[in-house]
Amino acid sequence: MTDQQPGHGNCLLEVRGLTKVFGELRANDGIDLEIKSNEIHALLGENGAGKSTLVKMLFGSLEPTSGQIFWKDKPVRITSPGQARALGIGMVFQHFSLFEALTVAENIALSMDQDVSIEGIAEQAAVLSREYGLPLDPHAHVADLSVGERQRIEIVRTLLQNPELIILDEPTSVLTPQEADRLFETLAKIRAEGRSVLYISHRLEEVQRICDRATVLRHGKLTGACDPRLETPASLATMMVGSEVKSVSNAGGAITDEILIETRNLSAPARTPFAVSLKEVNLKVRRGEIIGIAGVAGNGQSELFDVLSGEETVPDPDDVRICGTGVGRMGISARRLLGAGFVPEERHGHAAVSDMTLSQNMVLARHHSDADVFLTGGPLKIIRYDAVKKASERIVREMDVRMSGEDPVASSLSGGNLQKFIVGRELDRQPSVLIVNQPTWGVDAGAASRIRQALIDLAESGSAVVVISQDLDEIFEVATSIAVLNEGALSEAEPASMMTLERIGLLMGGIHGEDTKVEAQHAH
Amino acid sequence: MRIELEKRPAHSALFSMLSPFIALGLTIIAGAILFTALGKNPFDALYSFFIEPLTELWSLHELLIKAAPLILIAVGLSVCFRSNNWNIGAEGQFIMGGVVGSIVPIYFHEWNSFVVLPLMLIMGMIGGALYAGIPALLKTRFNTNEILSSLMLVYVAELFLDWLVRGPWRNPEGFNFPESRSFNDSAVLPELFPASGGANLGIVFALIATLLTWFMMRHMLKGFEVSVLGQSARAGRFAGFSSTKMIFFAFLFSGALAGLAGISEVSGAIGRLQPDISPAYGFTAIIVAFLGRLNPLGIFAAGIILALTYLGGEAAQISIGLPDKVARVFQGFLLFFVLACDTLIHYRVRLVTAIKARTEGEGAS
Repeated sequence: MTDQQPGHGNCLLEVRGLTKVFGELRANDGIDLEIKSNEIHALLGENGAGKSTLVKMLFGSLEPTSGQIFWKDKPVRITSPGQARALGIGMVFQHFSLFEALTVAENIALSMDQDVSIEGIAEQAAVLSREYGLPLDPHAHVADLSVGERQRIEIVRTLLQNPELIILDEPTSVLTPQEADRLFETLAKIRAEGRSVLYISHRLEEVQRICDRATVLRHGKLTGACDPRLETPASLATMMVGSEVKSVSNAGGAITDEILIETRNLSAPARTPFAVSLKEVNLKVRRGEIIGIAGVAGNGQSELFDVLSGEETVPDPDDVRICGTGVGRMGISARRLLGAGFVPEERHGHAAVSDMTLSQNMVLARHHSDADVFLTGGPLKIIRYDAVKKASERIVREMDVRMSGEDPVASSLSGGNLQKFIVGRELDRQPSVLIVNQPTWGVDAGAASRIRQALIDLAESGSAVVVISQDLDEIFEVATSIAVLNEGALSEAEPASMMTLERIGLLMGGIHGEDTKVEAQHAH
Repeated sequence: MRIELEKRPAHSALFSMLSPFIALGLTIIAGAILFTALGKNPFDALYSFFIEPLTELWSLHELLIKAAPLILIAVGLSVCFRSNNWNIGAEGQFIMGGVVGSIVPIYFHEWNSFVVLPLMLIMGMIGGALYAGIPALLKTRFNTNEILSSLMLVYVAELFLDWLVRGPWRNPEGFNFPESRSFNDSAVLPELFPASGGANLGIVFALIATLLTWFMMRHMLKGFEVSVLGQSARAGRFAGFSSTKMIFFAFLFSGALAGLAGISEVSGAIGRLQPDISPAYGFTAIIVAFLGRLNPLGIFAAGIILALTYLGGEAAQISIGLPDKVARVFQGFLLFFVLACDTLIHYRVRLVTAIKARTEGEGAS
């Protein structure tokens, strides 16, 4: 930026006392924030700390209850994303809004305010993507692209608006380590041009690596503003969660030879054009073992989960075996009766019904396995809510689920607390087999460490656990062996102690047409 | 200044209760405007529409006769709608219930026995259920849209009934009128209090269906399954519930109740088959289901209110000469306002004032 005014502290964006109230809840309470020109500024906080609310107000999707936003030292009122873009604020959302059936250029065109021809956009996009080291084919269909490439579309389409401030919401949560490195290079380039970046994350290591300053939120309030490079991960985490995060201890229980989960050359065709087919997956998990299945999102994780849980069945019973029984054709309820527990990735609308209370959500997963306690006998099957409530209170106590009211609806809980309940719901049954998909996705650090510790404890007590996760730190923290899922094929599981980040990155496969991919194929 | 809808963080319990009443109030206001436009005194018209039918004992009986089929059908539909299946063809299932239930009294018209009536009722329920099974089968097999298939089957049922009573089932002693034989005494639904009016067992069936359905939805695993699958099919699958089975359950359940309403109406209120056995009960019941917030107890009350519009329509026709179609317009108003008021449960209406808008303009510059 050329028009820096030292007298005004060269603030690009300044926020004073910004407050947003939803009913009783003060989602943001008097937040102050300064983003200077030419900096990468981190916004840190647990889930539910108010990061999204703050960013939505900056991007014009929410109107503040009180407080003031200054853009280049002038007070502004941002009432719509269009206006935010006009000011020079661009945003890359965590969840992409792309049409899979359209090409890259068409998707970009859809987001442009002015009329430009698709060809013109394709050219501009190609130029930009070269400049910023974001290789992207404007004519490729989005459905064929990896998550990393999709994110590049979002970044390129934001850059096309020529913004002075770019907001990135948890950008690395979907990337391989190699893809994340490239993103960091791009961000450095963006800063070098005089633009600023507001970088939202809960990964302390990367914040320390690339960010110049950090603002930390907790429970909607500002708890710290610092230079992350001068802090330790522990001190940053303390600002985020208010107390030291308990680190996970993995003593490693005895692993026996008894195989509790097994798949034999399990293949399953893709159910929809955008789904992934499973290709001869061989998996063996023994008693006491935790297998971590790494991989970038969209490589067959949910498909694998569905065939393991029985939400999708396969024709040959012996393709999936749980506790020695061929369960390929059994539904999820029958598999639960064998002692299996399941935690799917999506909390709302899969693991739980958002508008139902916790005790109703208790019935959801356990009406069959706990029928003798939760239901009266006979054909009427009357739900005994007194027994159900007792059980859900037990889980709330056991997993330290924070909530308001006696038996609130699932949607009123924060992501982390609902996830603790959902995991606790399965652990409470002492399952001999537990299969979890993204156990701590979008969960705050405190809840995440609690959930991970619970998985380790379960394995130590003699269960077999499968953890499907995109979070490599998590995989290394909990797994005894690690396998990688790439385009529906599972690599051989290797002991966690022998795995390295680089090796996993290679197995994950990089972006189409890049060296990493070729190497990954050699590695097989 | 502009009006904005702002999503509430949680749905409002207050407006959940209030919205049917607000809708009712708005309907009455809109109705008054309509009557004024037709050149009638709105107060007279509203009086004869809503009050007059309640002033005499015999017309209270009529109210129950009209309310019974509406409640029976709507209670069935509430289960269907809650499971996210949209059965719009209850009118057809009502007719087929009446047709199948009439097989016994028409073909065995000299058979006098206490088993005749129960047999008719059961056959009526089966007829309605099987007819509702058609859209369910099409939906599960071919993924057809059940709204269209169930709606179109209404017209098939209407024409089928018309053909029956003009053709094979026409009363041989009926001077060529398009009617079946009159049912004999053992095939007629008994009246409750014959001394004061014609209300028959139908309203008792409606009451029983209401209470049993309420119990199922509130306390039984089956009701829980209905709600789960209705709110999220994916969560239902995680719970081990089958969407396919639920589609059949929902359609067969609502079809059976519509069929029971049909045969009760034919056997109780009419006493024979004729081309026209329903003043669109099956469609009005959709309004009843929503006005009652898909809750069986609410539906019972809503059924009585909608029955009143039928009677009021007739009363207004006689006392002030309003066309009978006005009653249907009224019902339309009511459904429109009920659905519109439901917005208030999930959204807050907010006025954005001119002052704010101006500062926005400055901000943008």
